[in-house]
Amino acid sequence: MKRGATISGRPELRTSYRADMALLNSRPKRLGAGVILAAALAAPFLITDALLAIAALACAAAIGAIGLNLVSGYAGQVSLGHAFFIGAGAFTAAALTGDPGESVYGLGLQWIVAVPAAGLVAAVLGFLVSPIASRFRGLYLAIATLGLVFLGEHILDNWRSLTGGAGAGRRGVIAEIGGVRLDQPTEVAGLVLTTSQQLYLLALVLLVVLAVLARNLARSAVGRAFEAIRDRDIAAEVMGVRLGRHKMIAFTLSSFYAGVSGAVYYTVINQINPESFNLLLSVQFIAMVLIGGIATISGSIMGAFFITFLPRITRELPAIVPFLTAEPTLRDGALLTVFQLEAILYGVLIVGFLILEPRGLYGLWVRVRNYWKGWPFTY
Amino acid sequence: MGASSHPQHTTSHATPQSRGDQPAVGGDDEGAPLLTVADVRLSFAGVRALDGVSLTVGEHELFAVIGPNGAGKTSIFNVLSGVYRPQQGQVRFAGHDLIGREPYAIAALGMARTFQNIELFENLTVLDNLMLGRQRHVRYGWAQAMWWLGPARREELAHRRHVEDLIDFLEIEAYRKHPVGLLPYGIQKRVELGRALAMEPRLLLLDEPVAGMNAEETEDMARFILDVRDELGIPMILVEHDMRVVMDLADRVLCLDFGQPLVTGTPEEVQQHPAVLEAYLGGGATTPTAPTPTAPTSDAAEEGPR
Repeated sequence: MKRGATISGRPELRTSYRADMALLNSRPKRLGAGVILAAALAAPFLITDALLAIAALACAAAIGAIGLNLVSGYAGQVSLGHAFFIGAGAFTAAALTGDPGESVYGLGLQWIVAVPAAGLVAAVLGFLVSPIASRFRGLYLAIATLGLVFLGEHILDNWRSLTGGAGAGRRGVIAEIGGVRLDQPTEVAGLVLTTSQQLYLLALVLLVVLAVLARNLARSAVGRAFEAIRDRDIAAEVMGVRLGRHKMIAFTLSSFYAGVSGAVYYTVINQINPESFNLLLSVQFIAMVLIGGIATISGSIMGAFFITFLPRITRELPAIVPFLTAEPTLRDGALLTVFQLEAILYGVLIVGFLILEPRGLYGLWVRVRNYWKGWPFTY
Repeated sequence: MGASSHPQHTTSHATPQSRGDQPAVGGDDEGAPLLTVADVRLSFAGVRALDGVSLTVGEHELFAVIGPNGAGKTSIFNVLSGVYRPQQGQVRFAGHDLIGREPYAIAALGMARTFQNIELFENLTVLDNLMLGRQRHVRYGWAQAMWWLGPARREELAHRRHVEDLIDFLEIEAYRKHPVGLLPYGIQKRVELGRALAMEPRLLLLDEPVAGMNAEETEDMARFILDVRDELGIPMILVEHDMRVVMDLADRVLCLDFGQPLVTGTPEEVQQHPAVLEAYLGGGATTPTAPTPTAPTSDAAEEGPR
């Protein structure tokens, strides 16, 4: 029989290792991926611009979450310093695309140059940190990377010519591609695309490309080496895995993703404040990874969408829940503001998922899938 | 499937990746033993774990190390694989000095090992664990991995074919895609042997391969060890407490006690040696009644359920 051919009536029988090792190696997977992608591409024309802008932010956050999942989920190197690299990317892109005439640095370059450059600058920073970081494990690494966040905050607050300084900030990344300003409505082939639609599609394409690249890495020898280091580093080294080298790769790539994420995020939001890149931002990314699913790419995306849409959902709650106010201060007998509720929810969700479903949203999906796979049987 | 070529070809049919490292492992001292350990001394604070241990292992030899608990058997393995660095002594393997080399560099020379307490990656599947054994043969980098198409996929397919040969050899086809942590103990031990074999080692270190196994599992494992030697032609060092296994399988045996080598010789010689009997049975045991081959077994089984 020809290699890769299938016996008629058994389309799921794999007759070659190549078919078995394919990324989408079954019909439901191919179908599911196709449907999700089609829905994502159709979304700009189905949902409102306000939601679309949040979806664009979620795509940007998902890129960062994938980055954090590479270093913390796959390679097991817990990093609290993700906000630092996000900030590095955001300000790099802002400076490269910024108007040369303004009070802060601006080179007036194209967006398409600035975003990879933002990733590279963050990657170089990650590369420089990795020799130190790869000497630590577990809690010590978390503390060391925590230092990075405070260091970054201090630098960004005071480097006025780049960031505009604490409290002031600067304009976000300007999305200009080949003379077309994407932050203004454009007409493409007789169809007028709004700002949100354009930025969403841009972020979506980047997310899909970077997610596939990360998934490929995860299933390769490099990804296996990451997981081996996470589970048993000494055994991994005896099996021929170079610890230092792989930790370096993990940190550098993770930082690259963070840098791109920061650049895209602040293309959608048009104001960057240096105070944004604090510990809370790092914790949000950790929440995305934990809630989405450790060491899964699709989980990172789910987690990022969940966390990014969370404020939008809580904002609706005061209409239903008493004693909850949408105002920033407590008035009229309210006990809780939505902002406080959000902060509480991050904590509750992280703890809840860790206890009830450590595999995160991805794990929930696996449960649902397995239930229907076995239906009507329960085993 | 097209992947069921007999396992005895695994060392000879060189995959594109393994061809490149032939000169490296060829070594510069032809005719010398594969492994020479000379006067290795290792101590932790005041404790002398290894006190002047010397041994040689030939190209086709199955060498066993025995000794009571704490004699330093596993310490020898940790020195060989680079986890411990001895204060004194020399280790030469396939023409290379090993002392001071990192564990991954030693693995790259073709030293593979299993562990006393299984050190598999429990979250990964059997397949992924075995694929990790291929690490020293992986030639593509992270960038090619991300792109996947081309060199990365070609190599991964070649590694997969190699690993499938081993899965066939070890008769673990049914567990291929199971996470290792969920498998029975005996199968886990077999997977760990497979992971070491996936490295295509020049020398294989087996740390208590049958510890904690029942009679049937022990017999299976002993047969696999013989197959590794006879079919794959891989020399081995075996650390084991099950004296029946040691005496049946080993070509030569080294007995250690408190880090000091007592005697090296054929299983028969070691079995009869007064110092060995004293180490295992305590002083006064060297009475004229020579023990039968199985006598030390029951007395030496000081650890692990049998």
